[in-house]
Amino acid sequence: MKILVCISQVPDTTSKITFTDNNTAFNTAGIQFIINPYDEIALSKAVELAEGGQGNVTVIHVGEAASDATIRKALAIGAYEAVRVDAVPRDAWFVANQIANYAKEQSFDLILTGRESIDYNGVQVGSYIAELLGIPSIAIAKKIEINGTEATIDREIEGGKEVLSVSLPIVIGAAEGVAEPKIPNMRGIMGARSKPLQVISPIDVPVLSTIKQYESPAPRGAVKLIEPDNVAQLVELLHSEAKVI
Amino acid sequence: MSILVYIENIEGAFKKSAFEAISYAKAIGELTQQEVQALSIGQVDETELNKVGKYGVGKVIRVNTDKLSQFQNQAYAAVIADVARQVGATSIILSNSFSGKGLAPRVAAKLEAALIDGALELPTISGSSWEFRKSVFSSKAIATVETSAATKVITLNPNTFEAKEADTPISVEDFQPSVQDKDFSIIIKDIVRATDKVALPEASIVVSAGRGMKGPENWGMIEELAEILGAATACSKPVSDAGWRPHAEHVGQTGLAVSPNLYIAIGISGAIQHLAGVSSSKTIVVINKDPEAPFFKVADYGIVGDAFDVVPRLIEALKLKKG
Repeated sequence: MKILVCISQVPDTTSKITFTDNNTAFNTAGIQFIINPYDEIALSKAVELAEGGQGNVTVIHVGEAASDATIRKALAIGAYEAVRVDAVPRDAWFVANQIANYAKEQSFDLILTGRESIDYNGVQVGSYIAELLGIPSIAIAKKIEINGTEATIDREIEGGKEVLSVSLPIVIGAAEGVAEPKIPNMRGIMGARSKPLQVISPIDVPVLSTIKQYESPAPRGAVKLIEPDNVAQLVELLHSEAKVI
Repeated sequence: MSILVYIENIEGAFKKSAFEAISYAKAIGELTQQEVQALSIGQVDETELNKVGKYGVGKVIRVNTDKLSQFQNQAYAAVIADVARQVGATSIILSNSFSGKGLAPRVAAKLEAALIDGALELPTISGSSWEFRKSVFSSKAIATVETSAATKVITLNPNTFEAKEADTPISVEDFQPSVQDKDFSIIIKDIVRATDKVALPEASIVVSAGRGMKGPENWGMIEELAEILGAATACSKPVSDAGWRPHAEHVGQTGLAVSPNLYIAIGISGAIQHLAGVSSSKTIVVINKDPEAPFFKVADYGIVGDAFDVVPRLIEALKLKKG
């Protein structure tokens, strides 16, 4: 089984998000970039399947050379080889087209993404790739089991789940619970240096939308503290002031 | 040019977010002087369809074939795109729900449309240029996204646009879509849904608890508080990581982002990753025994006190209020 895992890099979860150039660009100064946490879950699942004898894992990333460290980390976690599409990942439509363009010649059985990236939170790349390749997809999966050429997937729905079965190939977006994130060991880190990393050129994709401006959420006023033995006051404030109950 | 709004149902009942999407579509229709049509897929009876009119959209396109009685991502996307082409819709609106998230990119790709995901409010329109605001960096920031694309697919975040009643008589038109067998490749083996509970993504009130609860056996009071308020329950990451509560309840940067009218955080310190997923809640109440807990800095109301003491009192006070 050939598995492709799509990796994006995002600011570390503890990052303070600020902007530059008159609030038109994300300020990367001092930002530590990491593999998107959901992509790490997807990769860990793929490596788990490969270690269980079910195929090998390729990771693909759309980004410039600066993200090679992130790709090496993915290789250290256990991917067999990596592909980097040498371009700024402009938006989800651009990224999905690059990945689909690479994948269409490769006949992958399973394409995994994270359910969303924690920077732009679009939940788009996986479904776009599937549509471009003409194959099924599950945008948000809580559980993935592969048995031969059959996949059993728990899809997240409001207040529960659907248990689905489908023949490969398929694109699946991994959510929490799909796999425990793997931490690279020393052997993995050493081995990652010599694993193949192929750099390919991007294809042209039309621009359909652009981000014009960023802003920080409006600050809240100072907290109103209520004495613990006077919860009735809280109930009253929620009712008559905040008007939420 | 017209507007098409896809309205989701669960077992024949439209979701709250579907009515929000209808009101949103109607408002864009008024802004741009375009006709709005609603699309319902699956088995929905007349009484339920009439509710579409109650929120101000009179034209309903119904697709109700046996094959489409259950959600199928590829087939539903094909139907939405097919209907959009047939009626000449250039703005297609969906809820940013779990199903909507899987549909929107496919519909956008089929129609070569721009995709605006998770719109927070109505667009600002100037000529052919539409600007939308959406949350980015897991609600740590807001971006203004501009598009001049001829066709747009827009998903509306739940709980951000209020459903407004505006009684309108409805006319229902049945539509026979063209779908292919390959669009039905996924087999639904089981659907597990807690129908007695408020679904977290759509909840107007969320009662959330963290490590301060000390153990899963103490969640009874959290559930009781949620029940009195008609709220959904949620939790912090350490709680779901420890297996005290299911992952589906984890809100925060790497869990679900929610924006209810009221978010009550109990025994959650307020790490930056947690705040990212909840900071767009309209009103935040924090109950924590540590006065230095960072969560108090983003709260509207706070009680410095032990959850085991405060929560039962709060339950009693709410019972009293309700009579």
